[in-house]
Amino acid sequence: MGWNRWEVDGECGKVKGDRGRVEGRRWRLVAPVCRRDARAPGEQKGGLVAGKLWGLKALRISRRSNPSPIVLSSWFSMPLLELKNVHTYYGSIHALKGISLSVEEGEIVTLIGSNGAGKSTTLRTISGLLKPRQGEVLFRGERIDHLPPHKIVEMGVIQSPEGRRIFPRLTVRENLEVGAFLRNDKAEIARDMERVFHLFPRLYERLNQRGGTLSGGEQQMLAIGRALMGRPRVLLLDEPSMGLAPVLVEQIFSIIGDINAQGTTILLVEQNALMALAIAHRGYVLQTGEIVLADTANALRENKLVQHAYLGIG
Amino acid sequence: MAVEATTGSDLVITRRSFRSFMSEVFGPLLQVFLFVIGSAVVLGGIVLLLALALRGARTDIDLLQGTITILPQVIIDGLVRGFLYATIALGYTMVYGVLEFINFAHGEIFMVGAFVGAFFSAALASSGMLTTLSPILFVIAAVFLGMAVSGLLAMSIERVAYRPLRGAPRLVPLISAIGVSLVLQDVMRMIAVNTGLGFNAQFRTPDLGQPLVLAQMPIADDRTIPVSIDSRSLIFIVVAIIMLIGLNYLVNITKLGKAIRAVAQDRPAASLMGIDVNRVIAVTFLIGGALGGAAGILFGMRVGSINPYVGFLPGLKAFTAAVLGGIGNITGAMVGGIVLGFLEAFVASYLSLFTRGQFSGASYADIVAFSILILILIFRPSGLLGEVVTQKV
Ligand SMILES: Nc1ncnc2c1ncn2[C@@H]1O[C@H](COP(=O)(O)OP(=O)(O)O)[C@@H](O)[C@H]1O
Ligand SMILES: [Mg+2]
Repeated sequence: MGWNRWEVDGECGKVKGDRGRVEGRRWRLVAPVCRRDARAPGEQKGGLVAGKLWGLKALRISRRSNPSPIVLSSWFSMPLLELKNVHTYYGSIHALKGISLSVEEGEIVTLIGSNGAGKSTTLRTISGLLKPRQGEVLFRGERIDHLPPHKIVEMGVIQSPEGRRIFPRLTVRENLEVGAFLRNDKAEIARDMERVFHLFPRLYERLNQRGGTLSGGEQQMLAIGRALMGRPRVLLLDEPSMGLAPVLVEQIFSIIGDINAQGTTILLVEQNALMALAIAHRGYVLQTGEIVLADTANALRENKLVQHAYLGIG
Repeated sequence: MAVEATTGSDLVITRRSFRSFMSEVFGPLLQVFLFVIGSAVVLGGIVLLLALALRGARTDIDLLQGTITILPQVIIDGLVRGFLYATIALGYTMVYGVLEFINFAHGEIFMVGAFVGAFFSAALASSGMLTTLSPILFVIAAVFLGMAVSGLLAMSIERVAYRPLRGAPRLVPLISAIGVSLVLQDVMRMIAVNTGLGFNAQFRTPDLGQPLVLAQMPIADDRTIPVSIDSRSLIFIVVAIIMLIGLNYLVNITKLGKAIRAVAQDRPAASLMGIDVNRVIAVTFLIGGALGGAAGILFGMRVGSINPYVGFLPGLKAFTAAVLGGIGNITGAMVGGIVLGFLEAFVASYLSLFTRGQFSGASYADIVAFSILILILIFRPSGLLGEVVTQKV
């Protein structure tokens, strides 16, 4: 799961289609690679930003060569998922007022904020359920904001929606199968289903039970498992802790951490800021449709405003 | 418990057991079968009791013997009507399942199916092949043709007349459906009248064979009468059952069926699974239309003569059947169709027998049948199967 990380070496000005040789290995860019500003993670080296080109797809190495990492110094790809100045409306209600955020390959990024801040609206906009009236949603540098939801899922942007939205009259097995709707690799689907059962043994016990008859916690497990069945490149989770007992919340969050450790990038929407900031790398704070804070999770936890408004401290 | 061995559990997870396969495909049909038996037994019992009770008042005929004599024929008639309504009702209920919209043009989809058959038979007749063609081949070809044309027609109507109105208030697509229905009637009339088929189109068939004698039923004084089923009714019932098996397989087992059910249960969530909701809706219209078209072919074949307005009443009744069974519920549509068919057949045949012909049953059947329907719906507003049974689309 996930992509390999390629450390590549090259010069400025590379665009999609460029090819070359590095340490005797041939490569060709199949996606545009853009330069990143100095805020990006990575060290300064010789005046150029050193960083990582994430993703096998961005740099395809000729089959004949050994796909071991090659070193490039001044190049990054763009973030895996990026929102630029996104405005979304419900009729005349201006719900998102210029959201910009980015998610890097391999990260857990959390979006916290109180009820009605626009967290779910952000995820719905990314998934194509809502069309932004202004702004761009980019996945691996390509605009996806004009695509219908199923095309966005096809690209690997998969959401486990707010309120779980389990198909109540499909069995647990069928719910998981529907999660793998776009895939045809039966053996791999079976393997992923097993992986889901390793994460959530309870689901295996309920295999032939209808989704609607599961408890809230089990439904949340099924919702996450179902999303994993689509092999997400980025997994969007909308309030996975909602309505769950504290023990279960801890369990779900630890599993979210495991999923990320196994290579899945995650954008986590939460009202439970304490838990979310504990597992996330970075976070954004959303207030009435606007991002008011963006920082690493540690810094946000120390932030006075966050402590006061979302962590109940101070 | 949790999955232990990687290889061992593969089978458990991916392959559904033969038993669950059978229960998902034939379970709903078993339920339909039980309703067939139940309707026949209950309604048969009622008419026999009535005959016993009214026997003394009648001197002209032996009411009990008369009742028993026509009973098998009435049951067969009930079956045919039942399967007619059931196959049409599936189109209403599936579309309702995915869109919560009543496709009032569905009766006309059925009518177009019947006309496709009439055109097909007329074309065969004019080329002299009608009498030489094997009857089985004729039935198969006609049914497939009707399914294809009606299915594609229903899909096109959705694309042109309903999809653009998807976000509009609920009444708007309904009015569009009524408009489509009137257009189809008049266009079909125009085509039929101008192609020499005629307003009252003949649906000719090859010789479909003699009635099949199922049993000899003894009546008084060692005499027996044959219980038989005519070939057209038999074809109707057999084809309908095959289609229902096919539909249950499609909806309950295949990936497409899972997608249809997912869209019916939660459209936005289905799109988040990568399901192309518009395509699934189009396919639902295709399937419903194909079933309606097949029903039209079978209907035309059985009655022999059709006109552009034959879709109205069966369409309305099939809609009723869908509501009776619990709209949106596939098994419910089949069950509702069967119950309505049996009610009608019994009332049509026995009302005039019991009233010495004062009320000719055929014309009063609807009143009685629909009164009973209203009663059922008062006590079970969500339909016979409603929410109780989980096999909603
Ligand atoms: N379907 C809707 N129609 C109109 N307004 C909506 C709808 N959904 C959400 N909103 C409004 O948009 C704002 C953001 O909502 P939402 O994204 O659901 O917030 P959050 O997920 O952060 O709780 C709220 O003011 C809410 O009232
Ligand atoms: Mg929300």
